[in-house]
Amino acid sequence: MKGAKTFLRTVFGRAYPRFIGVWREKSWVLFDVFLPFLQVAAYVYIYRAVGAPPEFSGFVVLGGAMIAYWMNVLWSMASQLYWEKETGNLQLYLIAPTSRMAILLGMALGGLTATTLRAAGIILVGTLFFRIPLRVENGALLLGVFLLTLVALYGLGMLLSSLFLLWGREAWHLSNLFQEPVFLFSGFYFPVRALGFWAAAFASIVPITLGLDAMRQLLYPELMKNFRFLPPEVELGILAGSGMFFIILAQRALKFFENLARREGRLTLRGQ
Amino acid sequence: MRPEECAIKTEELTRVFRLRKREAKEGKREILALDRVNLEVSPGELFGLLGPNGAGKTTLIKILATLLLPTSGRAWVAGVDVVEKPQVVRRYINMVAGGETSGYGLLTVEENLWMFAQFYGIPSREARRRIRELLAMVDMADRAKTKTYHLSSGMRQKMNLVRGFLTDPQILFLDEPTLGLDVQIARTIRNFIRQWLRDHPERTILLTTHYMHEAEELCHRVAIIDRGKILACAPPEELKRRLRTEAVFRLYLEGALDAKSILDGTKGIVALAQKEENGHTSLDLILTEEEVLVSILSRLQAAGGRLLALKKEEPTLEDVFLAMVGRKLSEEG
Repeated sequence: MKGAKTFLRTVFGRAYPRFIGVWREKSWVLFDVFLPFLQVAAYVYIYRAVGAPPEFSGFVVLGGAMIAYWMNVLWSMASQLYWEKETGNLQLYLIAPTSRMAILLGMALGGLTATTLRAAGIILVGTLFFRIPLRVENGALLLGVFLLTLVALYGLGMLLSSLFLLWGREAWHLSNLFQEPVFLFSGFYFPVRALGFWAAAFASIVPITLGLDAMRQLLYPELMKNFRFLPPEVELGILAGSGMFFIILAQRALKFFENLARREGRLTLRGQ
Repeated sequence: MRPEECAIKTEELTRVFRLRKREAKEGKREILALDRVNLEVSPGELFGLLGPNGAGKTTLIKILATLLLPTSGRAWVAGVDVVEKPQVVRRYINMVAGGETSGYGLLTVEENLWMFAQFYGIPSREARRRIRELLAMVDMADRAKTKTYHLSSGMRQKMNLVRGFLTDPQILFLDEPTLGLDVQIARTIRNFIRQWLRDHPERTILLTTHYMHEAEELCHRVAIIDRGKILACAPPEELKRRLRTEAVFRLYLEGALDAKSILDGTKGIVALAQKEENGHTSLDLILTEEEVLVSILSRLQAAGGRLLALKKEEPTLEDVFLAMVGRKLSEEG
C-alpha cells in the first residue's frame, strides 16, 4: 500500500513541473501554437491552390496538432533523462526509493497534459481560421483512438528515454534523426496511404501513423474511403497492443540500461 | 564489526574506470579510482573523507549511494549490500553534492523541495511542515516562494542541503557541500549540519571535503584518501597527535626561491611544501626533530635565501596530509 502511494506521489510530483510550466512560461503560445500554425497554414494554402476538397485542410490541421505530441515525445520525453543527467536531477531520481516507471509516467502525464493544450490551440485556431468542416459520427471510437494513440506514443517515448539513460549525447542524434522522417512517413500533412501500403505499414512503428489514419477516417469517412490504410477498429486494436508492448518493453529496457549504466559509470557526469 | 552493526562498511572496495580510446592518457586505458578501500563507519558518526580532487571520494560516495557498481570488493549501507539490494539501500539514504543544480528553475524553492519529497512518499502536509522548519534553520524561510532560477549559488546550495535532510535519511552523503561558497554561507551550512546531528544523534553523515578546517571542525573521524587509497583513518586530534613527535615549521623567505631543490637530500625532512606568496616564498616543513632546522637554515642561506620569518606551528590536518601524501591538499596530484 505504501509502495502504491509512493508510486502515485512520484507520478504527480514529477508531472507537477510540467503542469505548472504551462501557466508560468507562456511563451509556448508563440512557439508551440502560433509558429507550428504557420507551417500548417502553408500546407492548407497548397491544398487550396490545387483545388483539393476542404477536408484536406482538416487532414493538415489534425496532423499539425499531432506533431505537437510527437515533438513532445521526442524532445521532452525521450531526451529528458539526458537533460536530467546534465542538471544533476537524474542521480537524485535514481537514489530515491521510488519506481523509475513512476518518474517516467509522471514525465509523460505532465508532458501529455501540457501538449494537449498546445494541440487544442492548433486545432482551435486552425478550424476557426480556415473554417474547416468537422463531423464526428462515432465520438467514442474517435476518443478511444486518440487516447490509445497517446498511450502507445508515450510508451514509445518511455522506451526511448531509457536509451538516453545510457547514451545521453549520442542518443541526441537519434532524436534529430527521427524528427523529420517521421513528419513524412507518419503522414502528418497527407493520408499515409499515399506512400503505399508497405511504407505505411513500416511507418506504423510510430503509433501516431495509425492514430492519425484512424482519426481522419472517423472525421472524414467519405473522403478517406479512397485513402484509408486499415479499418479504424483494426488500428485501434494495434494501438492498444503496441501501447502495452512499448510500456512493458520500456520497463525492461529501463532496468537493463540502468544496470548497464551503473556498471559503466554513466548515470552521472564526471564531476557530479 | 559485522556489516549490520555499521552504518557504512566497505571491504576491499575497488573501482576501475575503463576509458575510451580518445580519452586514454599516455596510452593508459584504465583509471584506478578506488584501490581496495576498507572502511567502517558507526551509526551516529560524522565521518569525513579528506582528499584532493580525483582522490576517489566521489567515486566512493557514488558506489555507496547505488549510482555506480564496484569493480570488485563489497559495500554495505545500513547493513544492506549496495550491489545486491540497491532498492533497499535507497530507503535509508540521501545525498547532497556541492555545486548541484538540481530541481527546476521555474518552480519555487518550496515546490522543488516538495517534489523531491514526493519521491520518498512523504505526504504533502508533512513535507510542507518539514520544508518550513528546515528552511528556517538555514535562514531561508523568506525564500520559500522564490523561483529557483532567482537564487544565488549559495542560496541554491542551502536549498539542496534542505533537500537532503528533508527525507530524514538514516545515512546522508554530503559530497563537498560547501564547495565554492562564501565564508558566511559555508558557516551557516556547517552549523546546520552540526545542529541536525545533535538533534538526530542516531543518524550518520559521510562528508567528503578538501577543506581541512571543515573536516577538523565537523568530523568525529577522518579518513585521508589519495589516489584511491585510504592512507589513514582516525579522529582529527589523533591524526594530529601522531605528528606531535615531529616538528612543524613555517618559514617565510625573501623573493622566489627553489627551496625544494636546495633542500633536496637534507636528512630529517619528513615533508616539505613550497608556495610563492606576494613575491615571497613560504615553506611548510615537517621535520623529524627541531635540530634539523639548523642545517636547513644554513643551506638556504648558502643558496642566497634571506629569512623573513619563522614560525613553529601546531600540527593541523593539512600537515598530516602533507606528511602522508608528500604534497599539500591544495596542490593537484
